[in-house]
Amino acid sequence: MSSVEMSDAISTGIQMPKPDQAILARRAEIVAALKAIVPGEGVVDDPTEMRPFETDGFLAYRFMPLAVVLPETTEQISAVLRYLAEAGVPVIPRGAGTSLSGGAIPQEDAVIVGLSRMIKILDTDYENRTLTVQAGATNLSISDAVSADGFFYAPDPSSQLACSIGGNIGMNSGGAHCLKYGVTTNNLLGVKMVLVDGTVVDLGGEHLDAAGLDLLGVICGSEGQLGIVTEATVRLIAKPEGARPVMFGFDTSEDAGACVADIIGTGIVPVAIEFMDKPAIDICEAFAKAGYPMDVNALLIVEVEGSDEEMDDMLARIVTIAKRHKVKVVKESQSATEAALIWKGRKSAFGATGRIADYICMDGTVPLGQLPYVLKETARIVDEYGLRVANVFHAGDGNMHPLILYNINDPVEAQKAEDCGMDLLRLCVDAGGCLTGEHGVGIEKRDLMLYQYTQEDLDQQMAVRAAFDPEWILNPSKVFPFEARGNERPSIAAE
Amino acid sequence: MSSIKTFKPKTEEECASIILEGSGFEIQGGGTRAIGKLDGVERNILSTAAMSGIIDYEPAEMVMIAKAGTPLADIEKALVKGKQRMIFEPLDYRTLLGTKGKPTIGGLIASNASGPRRFVAGACRDSFLGARFVNGKGDAIKAGGRVMKNVTGLDLIKLLAGSWGTLAPMTEVTFKVVPQVETEATLVLHGLTSEKAARAMAAAMATSCEVTAAAHLPENIATGFKDVAGKSATLLRLEGFENSVNIRIEKLKAILSAFGEQSVLNDKQTKAVWADIRNVKPFSDSKDKPVWRVSVAPMIGHQLVSQLGAENAFLDWQGGLVWLQMDEKPEADKVRSTIAKLGGGHATLVRASDEQRQSENVFQPENAAVTAISKRIREQFDPLGKFYTGRMG
Ligand SMILES: Cc1cc2nc3c(=O)[nH]c(=O)nc-3n(C[C@H](O)[C@H](O)[C@H](O)COP(=O)(O)OP(=O)(O)OC[C@H]3O[C@@H](n4cnc5c(N)ncnc54)[C@H](O)[C@@H]3O)c2cc1C
Ligand SMILES: Cc1cc2nc3c(=O)[nH]c(=O)nc-3n(C[C@H](O)[C@H](O)[C@H](O)COP(=O)(O)OP(=O)(O)OC[C@H]3O[C@@H](n4cnc5c(N)ncnc54)[C@H](O)[C@@H]3O)c2cc1C
Repeated sequence: MSSVEMSDAISTGIQMPKPDQAILARRAEIVAALKAIVPGEGVVDDPTEMRPFETDGFLAYRFMPLAVVLPETTEQISAVLRYLAEAGVPVIPRGAGTSLSGGAIPQEDAVIVGLSRMIKILDTDYENRTLTVQAGATNLSISDAVSADGFFYAPDPSSQLACSIGGNIGMNSGGAHCLKYGVTTNNLLGVKMVLVDGTVVDLGGEHLDAAGLDLLGVICGSEGQLGIVTEATVRLIAKPEGARPVMFGFDTSEDAGACVADIIGTGIVPVAIEFMDKPAIDICEAFAKAGYPMDVNALLIVEVEGSDEEMDDMLARIVTIAKRHKVKVVKESQSATEAALIWKGRKSAFGATGRIADYICMDGTVPLGQLPYVLKETARIVDEYGLRVANVFHAGDGNMHPLILYNINDPVEAQKAEDCGMDLLRLCVDAGGCLTGEHGVGIEKRDLMLYQYTQEDLDQQMAVRAAFDPEWILNPSKVFPFEARGNERPSIAAE
Repeated sequence: MSSIKTFKPKTEEECASIILEGSGFEIQGGGTRAIGKLDGVERNILSTAAMSGIIDYEPAEMVMIAKAGTPLADIEKALVKGKQRMIFEPLDYRTLLGTKGKPTIGGLIASNASGPRRFVAGACRDSFLGARFVNGKGDAIKAGGRVMKNVTGLDLIKLLAGSWGTLAPMTEVTFKVVPQVETEATLVLHGLTSEKAARAMAAAMATSCEVTAAAHLPENIATGFKDVAGKSATLLRLEGFENSVNIRIEKLKAILSAFGEQSVLNDKQTKAVWADIRNVKPFSDSKDKPVWRVSVAPMIGHQLVSQLGAENAFLDWQGGLVWLQMDEKPEADKVRSTIAKLGGGHATLVRASDEQRQSENVFQPENAAVTAISKRIREQFDPLGKFYTGRMG
C-alpha cells in the first residue's frame, strides 16, 4: 500500500531508522489482528484518516504509521501490546499529540496506540484529595471537574485544553503554576500501566511514596518508553482564595533576571513568575492589547495567591524588591478584568507568535543566576544565524522558552532555525543547565543527548529502559541517540 | 578472624577501583539508620565517610551540591548561615533507633527520609535534583542535574532516592533548598476522637489556609508533649510571614470552630512539637518494641489503628502516615493484610530486633510484576552482584 512509502518529511536533519520491510509486508495481517482485539471504529488504517497521526506539535517531521489503534479499555491495551510485542512491531503511545519534541511522532513500521477514547474520570475523593482518571482525559478536564468544589489540579501546561494526562506523565509536563506546586511528577500519586508484554501493573495509589524502588518516579517523564499508562491518580489542591498578578517593566533583561532571583531568595513563593523580552512584548501586545508597556525591554508577570490582605502584603514586598532592581513600570491589577488582561497577553504568546511567523520553541533550563548571561548569548547566537527570537518563559525556575522565528516553507531557513535551536540548547548545558525542562527529548533533542551526558550515563539510562522493555518495542526511536546505542539496540544501522 | 574490611574511598575514582577489585559490599553513610532486612551475612563496608564536603552552595541559586558523605550537621550549619532549609523536613532516626554516628546527606537521600511537610511539599525525592554515583561495573555516572526542571532522559534520580544502598553508592548529590520562613504557628484542636480528627484535618486541607503539617496524637501519646498534654491533640501547622500566618490562623479557627476546643502554639512551641513528631519521640523510650511506619490514604490511617486495636499509634500527614508501636512481635501479616483490606498502602518495619529483621519482610513485599521489574533494575545497576541488594526485602 502506498501509505507506507517513504514519508514526505519537511525537514531531514533528524534521522529515523529505515522501516522494517518484513513488518510492512505483514501490514494486512497486523491490522486484522488489531481489529479482532479492538472492534468497531477502534482501528484506523485508512491513509487519509491516519493523516492527523503523522506528526505532533513538532511539525517539521512527519511519518505515516502502519496503523492507529484507539482502545477503550486497559484490557484492550493489554491485548494489543501483547500481540504487537510478540509480533515485534514497534508501538508509539499517543495522547493528544501536542508534544513539542516529536515524542508522539510515529515511524512507518509502528502502530500508534492512542488514548483518545479513554477520557473518563473514575473517582474523585476530596477527603483524601485525590482524583483517578483515564489517561486520555485532558489536563484541563481534571481541574474543570473539581473546580466547583474548590479544588484544582496544579500542573497547567499552556496546552492544557488539549493535552492528555497520559502525555503529561510521558513528558513530566509543567506550566506557569509549577513554581509553587511542582510539575507532574510532584503531583502524581499512582498509575495503572500496561507493560510491553501486556502485564497490567498498579503503582502507587492514594498513599504516598513507594514500598520499594520508586518506579512511578522513573515512569514519569519516560516518554512512552516504559509502558502505556491507562489510568492516573493525581493530587488535588484546594483553590486559593484569590490570585493577583503584578506586572513589572525593566530597561534590561539583566535587571529583570536579578529581580527574579531576589524575589525567590526572600522566601516569597509566587505562584508564577513569567518573563517576556521586547520582541515577545511587541508580539503579544499587538495581538492581545493587554496594555503592556512598550518602552521597556523586559517584562515580568508575578502572580501571588491568598486572601486580599495577604496578597496586598506580598505584593508590597515584591514591589519593594523590584524597586531595588530599577523597575521602570509597575502595574498592579485593580480588578479581575485587569488581571485577566495581563495574563491574556502572556497566554496568547505562542498563538500570537504563530500568526506572524513559524517558530520552534526551545525548552532548556538554566540555573537562575545564569539567566541574564544566557539571554544575552541567545540574542547573539540567533543574530548570527540571521534569525529573530522572542523569549517568553517561566523565569522562576530558569526554564527558557526562546521562540525562534522562521519560515517553514523555506528549507534553508528551516534548517538554520533547527541548527540555531541546537546551539541554544548547547548554551543551556554549558551554563550548567539541561536540554529540556518540560517538553522532553523526543526526536528533537535526541542527538544532543551526548552533549549533556557521557556514553556511560546514557548506557545506565538505556539499561533501566531495558528493564521495562528489553526488545525496545515502545517508542524505540526517541530520546537515545543512535550513535550511543551500540549493536544490541535498535538503531539506524539495524535494519 | 573475619576478612571483612571497611573501605573509605576519598574520591569517586577510588570508589570505582574498590568496586572493580572487590565484591560483597554494603554501602554505608553514617550508619545511623539501622533499618532494613538482615540476612546474617557479613559484608565489606563501602563507606562514604571520606567523601565529605560541600562543593557548591550559593543561597541565591537555592541549590546545594555536596559530596555524599558530608555530615548532615555540616550541611545544616551552612543552610542556617544561608537562612535556608530543606523543605521536606527530614527526620532524625537516632531518637527512635538509638543509633549513634553522624548521619550523612547521602544516607538521607538513600533513605528518602521525609518529615511532616512531605504530604504538601513533596518527599526528599522531590527536592533531589542530581547525583553522581558509581555502578557495579565501576562506571562513574551522572544523573539529573542542578536545575529545578529537567526531563532530559530517564529520571534515575527518583530511583536512587529511597534505594537504601541497593543500587549504587552515590558520591555526590545535588538538592534544592528553600528560604527559611519568618514564623510558624500551630492550631491545636483538643479532645477529638481519631475519626473526628481525620475529618478535621481533611476540612483544614480543603481550605486555602496552606496548612504545612497535620498530625493527630491520641491522649496517651499527647501526654508526652508538654504543650498539648491533657486530651488528644490534633495539630495543624501554618508557616510564612507573620501577618499572613496570623490571618490564616484566624481563618482556620473560624472554619474549624465546630470541632470544639482550640488553642494556638507559638513559633517556639511549634518547632518543638513538630521536631518530636518528626523524630518519633513518643516511641523513643521503648527500644525493645517494634515500630512500623505505614503509608496509607489520609482517611485510612485512623481506621487502620482502630482495626488493629493498636494502643500506641499516632498519625501524621493528615492521617496518611501512621507510626505504630507493637507490644511484642511485629505481626507483619496482620498489619499488612489490614492495610490491604482498607485499600492499600505499605508498611516498613523501621525498628525491630536483629532476629525480627531477619525473619520478617522489613519492606513491604510488592506484587510479582513490580518485584520482577525492580529486580531487573537492580541488575542493571549492579550486574555482577557486588552490592547488598537484599536490604529492601
Ligand atoms: C501550544 C502548546 C503549548 C504547550 N505548552 C506547554 C507547557 O506550558 N508546558 C509543558 O510542559 N508542555 C507544553 N506543551 C507540550 C505538550 O503539550 C506536553 O508535552 C503534553 O504533556 C503532551 O501531552 P499529549 O497528550 O499531547 O501527549 P503526546 O504528544 O501524544 O505524547 C507525549 C509523549 O508521551 C507519551 N505518551 C502519551 N500518552 C501516553 C500514555 N498514556 N502512556 C505512556 N506514554 C504516553 C508519548 O509516547 C510521547 O512520548 C505545549 C504544546 C503546545 C502545542
Ligand atoms: C537538617 C537535618 C538534620 C538532621 N539531623 C539528623 C541528626 O542529627 N541525626 C540523624 O540521625 N539524622 C538526622 N537527620 C536525618 C537523617 O534522617 C538520616 O537518618 C540520615 O541522613 C541517614 O544517614 P546515614 O549516613 O547515617 O545513613 P546510613 O544509616 O549509613 O545509611 C542509610 C541507608 O542509605 C544507604 N546509603 C548511605 N549512603 C549512601 C550513598 N552515598 N549512596 C547510596 N546509598 C547510601 C545505606 O546503604 C543504607 O541503606 C537530619 C536531617 C536533616 C536534613
